[in-house]
Amino acid sequence: MKFGIVVFPGSNCDHDCHHVATALLGCEAEYIWHHERDLKGSDVVILPGGFAYGDYLRAGALARFSPVMESVAAFAKAGGPVLGICNGFQVLLEAGMLPGAMQINRGLRYVCRDIHIKVENDATPFTSLYEKGSVVTMPIGHMEGNYTAPPEVLDALEGEGRVVFRYCDLQGRVTDAANPNGAARGIAGIVNREGNVVGLMPHPDRCAEPLVGNDAGRKMFESAVAALAAR
Amino acid sequence: MKVEVRVYPREGVLDPQGKAIAAALGRLGHGSVRDVRAGKVFFIELAGADPKAAEADARKMAEELLANTVIEGYDVKVVSP
Repeated sequence: MKFGIVVFPGSNCDHDCHHVATALLGCEAEYIWHHERDLKGSDVVILPGGFAYGDYLRAGALARFSPVMESVAAFAKAGGPVLGICNGFQVLLEAGMLPGAMQINRGLRYVCRDIHIKVENDATPFTSLYEKGSVVTMPIGHMEGNYTAPPEVLDALEGEGRVVFRYCDLQGRVTDAANPNGAARGIAGIVNREGNVVGLMPHPDRCAEPLVGNDAGRKMFESAVAALAAR
Repeated sequence: MKVEVRVYPREGVLDPQGKAIAAALGRLGHGSVRDVRAGKVFFIELAGADPKAAEADARKMAEELLANTVIEGYDVKVVSP
């Protein structure tokens, strides 16, 4: 069981993901420099958080042209599980592997704090160990997390159960006050139609062990391990 | 050949930068400001002498990279031969 962690110039959560995969889960993990095309036998690919290419032009816009992204797209097309966290989510959007786009947070500020999200889809390879409807607390840290898409795309995402996480309060109510960035319909994470590519703004990699005060994110990685074991 | 590509938030798309700038202009006493949308301009130099081809190239660049057409519109102007 091997995690492949893509490293763009400016990625800064690659080591967090590597730590979760290896030290906490006992899996293998390999860094994959963005110039490489070989995914080195990865069973799961993670696009980590950070500021790929300094977020020049738009967050994720330049990273999508890195050679590795062709391999990641092919891996996903073949059904391989791909997780984009924060900047990785933005890259997946820019690459067209997930629908929609990110705008600057409605408050115009970088937001770095714990938020609550509701698990709305527990059928993805990264959420199967969560209970549907449960409320999970994770940290966010981003300037562009204000998810948007044309209304018909949002309707399709909801209609097809492809909203994976929504910002909510501790009781699980999806309210405007609980929405940290203005994301359309409170969307914090989505999955592609095929069900194997997931992107989310919160950071499960930053809350995967009691040492940091919260291990709610660990199950996302464990879910991937379970999904592959079940294959 | 010089072309300019303007990229701006689509009509109806939330533009928090434009809103903030409009508010700041209002505070500075520019009471006539009703709305601002903030975009970007790319000044691009191209080889070749055919303005039609230059415009077509620039449009392709906008579609592929310069604009995210989910939220942004763009226009292209050939500025000089």
